[in-house]
Amino acid sequence: MKRVSVKMNFILTTILVIGSGFFLLFANNSFGDYWSRIITLIAIYAIMAVSYTLVNGVTGIFSLGHAGFIAVGAYTAALLTLPIHQKAMSFFIQPLIWPLNSIQMGFLPATIIGGIVAAFFAFIVGYPSLRLTGDYFAIATLAFAEIIRIVIQNSYSITNGALGLKGIPSYTTIWWSWGWLLVTIVVIGSLKFSSYGRALRALSEDTVAARAMGINVFRHQLMAFVVSGFFAGIGGALYAHWLTTIDPRPTSLGIMLTFYVLIMIVLGGLGSISGAVLGAIFFAIAAQWLRIVESPMNLFGLKIPGIPGMSMLIFATVFILIMLFWRRGIMGKRELSWQLFYNFFLKEAGDRN
Amino acid sequence: MSTSNLIQDLINGTLLGGLYALIAVGYTMVYGILRLINFAHGDILMMGVYFSFYFIAALTMPWWLGFIVGIVGAGVLGFMVERIAYRPLRSAPRISSLITAIGMSFFLESLAVVVFGGIPKSFNLYPTFFSKILIIGHTRIQVLTFFILAVTFLLMFVLIWLLYKTKIGIAMRAISVDIPTTSLMGANVDNIIGLTFIIGSMLAATSGIMWAMRYPQVQPYMGFVPGLKAFIAAVIGGIGSVPGALVGGFLLGMVEILIVGFFPNLAGYRDAFAYVILIVLLMFRPSGIFKVYSEQKV
Amino acid sequence: MIEISKKKSVLKLENLTIKFGGLTAVDSFNGYLNEGELVGLIGPNGAGKTTIFNMITGIYKPTFGNVIFNNIDITGMKPHVITHLGVARTFQNIRLFSEMTVLENVLVGEHSWLTNFAAQKVLYKHNPKVYRRPKWKPWFWSAVLKTPDYLKMEREMRDHALELLKAVDLERYANLKASALPYGPQRKLEIARALATKPMLLLLDEPAAGMNPQETQELLEFIENIRKRFSLTILLIEHDMKFVMGICERIYVLDYGKIIAHGLPKEIQNNKKVIEAYLGDEVYV
Repeated sequence: MKRVSVKMNFILTTILVIGSGFFLLFANNSFGDYWSRIITLIAIYAIMAVSYTLVNGVTGIFSLGHAGFIAVGAYTAALLTLPIHQKAMSFFIQPLIWPLNSIQMGFLPATIIGGIVAAFFAFIVGYPSLRLTGDYFAIATLAFAEIIRIVIQNSYSITNGALGLKGIPSYTTIWWSWGWLLVTIVVIGSLKFSSYGRALRALSEDTVAARAMGINVFRHQLMAFVVSGFFAGIGGALYAHWLTTIDPRPTSLGIMLTFYVLIMIVLGGLGSISGAVLGAIFFAIAAQWLRIVESPMNLFGLKIPGIPGMSMLIFATVFILIMLFWRRGIMGKRELSWQLFYNFFLKEAGDRN
Repeated sequence: MSTSNLIQDLINGTLLGGLYALIAVGYTMVYGILRLINFAHGDILMMGVYFSFYFIAALTMPWWLGFIVGIVGAGVLGFMVERIAYRPLRSAPRISSLITAIGMSFFLESLAVVVFGGIPKSFNLYPTFFSKILIIGHTRIQVLTFFILAVTFLLMFVLIWLLYKTKIGIAMRAISVDIPTTSLMGANVDNIIGLTFIIGSMLAATSGIMWAMRYPQVQPYMGFVPGLKAFIAAVIGGIGSVPGALVGGFLLGMVEILIVGFFPNLAGYRDAFAYVILIVLLMFRPSGIFKVYSEQKV
Repeated sequence: MIEISKKKSVLKLENLTIKFGGLTAVDSFNGYLNEGELVGLIGPNGAGKTTIFNMITGIYKPTFGNVIFNNIDITGMKPHVITHLGVARTFQNIRLFSEMTVLENVLVGEHSWLTNFAAQKVLYKHNPKVYRRPKWKPWFWSAVLKTPDYLKMEREMRDHALELLKAVDLERYANLKASALPYGPQRKLEIARALATKPMLLLLDEPAAGMNPQETQELLEFIENIRKRFSLTILLIEHDMKFVMGICERIYVLDYGKIIAHGLPKEIQNNKKVIEAYLGDEVYV
């Protein structure tokens, strides 16, 4: 078997990244608003999915609290970028506390701060929860995410409570979201393929053996959890500036969002970064496509009323089918690589000759 | 807080706790046997309520028959969920069945949205007799409250009798200790697990119907939060233990009502109490009140 | 009689006792290992041998007693710190990272090179004159950012891992999944992985389990070989009497958590208590 050389890998990857850049440029200029927004959303979903798969796939601990960190990032960044007059207008039940009421900053610092605050929350949540294992950890993180949501719902002087935040500037463009996705993939990919990533994969297989190999299991899990929380926060910040309105209902930044991201990473293959990206692409496009079944149709003069909730039902069905019959998902634990392409296409051609 | 308010709260706490307890039984029995958090449990409850709603409203059944049919329907649904989604994954990694259970929960919720509609429906299909209010001293109590308490306690006694005095109950308890050995003793594991799901689902549906009578509405997401809280109740009592689930349910219901009773300005955080209790408990005494042993071999 | 060796003591177990609920699994075990020794720990099933390993490596905390490694009291330390201090082990039922490649398995053992700060602190506290002041390096960030420092380290780790694989004759399988290896090589890989942590003391839990006589003979030579090459002190648990008698310099016999005999292989072979303990269990003697 011929191996694709490091140099070749580098060249091909650079070409791919530049090529994608041109595609995005083209998309940005000529696809129109609707599809530009979808392409932006794909990257936001992908950021959420890649950060989620670092914990649930690579590290092998099953968290259900991802939406909590996304919400923290979303609220933090939104509160930092909201124009001051908008804040004064929105917070009519209780005024916003100082210093948030007099701050307005650019998108980049707000996003980064959103990520950092989310990472801090991930630390707070992870530190006690990671002493638990398996489904107890899952349920504890779910509980934490719900607590975060309920606190947001009730802190009128900080988050505007159940009213949510409105009029968030729609800063998130294709460039911001895909740029951050590139950063996310590079950082988490670099982590996965470092000595630390090997340690994470090892402890996901067998914690006892990993301990015996000198891996501080708790610290490594916590580290992965915090990195994941950071990028979840980034994803949340981008999401908030894409939606322009956020609120703490369970269906917007609650367990439902965690479930969406879970669908993406299960579809892509738990533990695979490229799988998570593919899963996000599939999910975003399928969600758009499935809008058809939810809106009224006119089929050969026959009026079919829209069926609300149908897309969710299809997603849930597909999800269960994947779990029953195709648990490895698109990528399994592997990553897309040029080697894989080579083996798949060229080797077969070579064999035939 | 005045005495009559306190009595009122104690009654409400018992009531809510009893409802939690009935749901928690299903969680604890399934977890005890399969080590699976059956996320869909709360949604089976919701489906049971919808079944009885439509049997009464659309097929004009008498209310009591509609309730019974709904409860039986939930039992059948619980059995089917186990058969279709959980049984094929019994030998897979445990986390796979957990993920499937989450998927099943969303499946049932969205199914309800599609079939029954997402808008909450009013659930006042029972005789007006239940809404009469009795005044005892300074305390006002609905007849419905007595009805719910009576049904709850009756079902608990039946359940305890079933588990501890009948052959099938003994088999169920044996299976939660050790599946392979029990099957060697000649018990049909699949049937017993199926029965566990049926009993758990029926109890949950009963609780759900009474829940819907008390807060008179039914909607597709009504099962999720009570389900999650009932699971927490099961953890409080020591997951795997049925008496534990009952005690845990009552404790949780009481705590929720009493904290809001004493500190009314915390009412907005009411749903968070259960989660805080869960986290604190998992940190310091994960085995709950009634300890069920388990040890990992290195 | 056992000659009291003048050599440096590597491991000392003092009154090691552990109770699970009401059951005393190991009851005041006293033992020692000197530098370069190869000592066997035998006994019928359930005698508490693996439990002793688990106490040495920090998986279990002893109820009483101490574990002294290199004159440092390591009782109750975290397993990873104990590994970093120089104790490595294998498992009775092979516990490889089966989804990872053979090379990666060894590299996981070498990850400890980056994260041994806590162990460095222990050593420095123990003897500031001999050991260097511990220096904490943000290896995690270097690894994510791929700094030259880290890349150099990664190269060193890889070279060392390949060398180890060569030493155990598994080099040609380097890029194979660990689960794809046959049984014998899996045992060897587990040992190589343990060696990657640069141990001074190696604990082998039934290395010959499930092997045929020829494989066992090979393993015997293999263990002798790595002992010399990596100047190891070895404590091993084994059921196969022939194997133990052939390789161990001293033997502890454990039954129901208590030492019933201790001595040279010859003495053990003729010990009445030992024979009694083994009769009705596995009659290898």
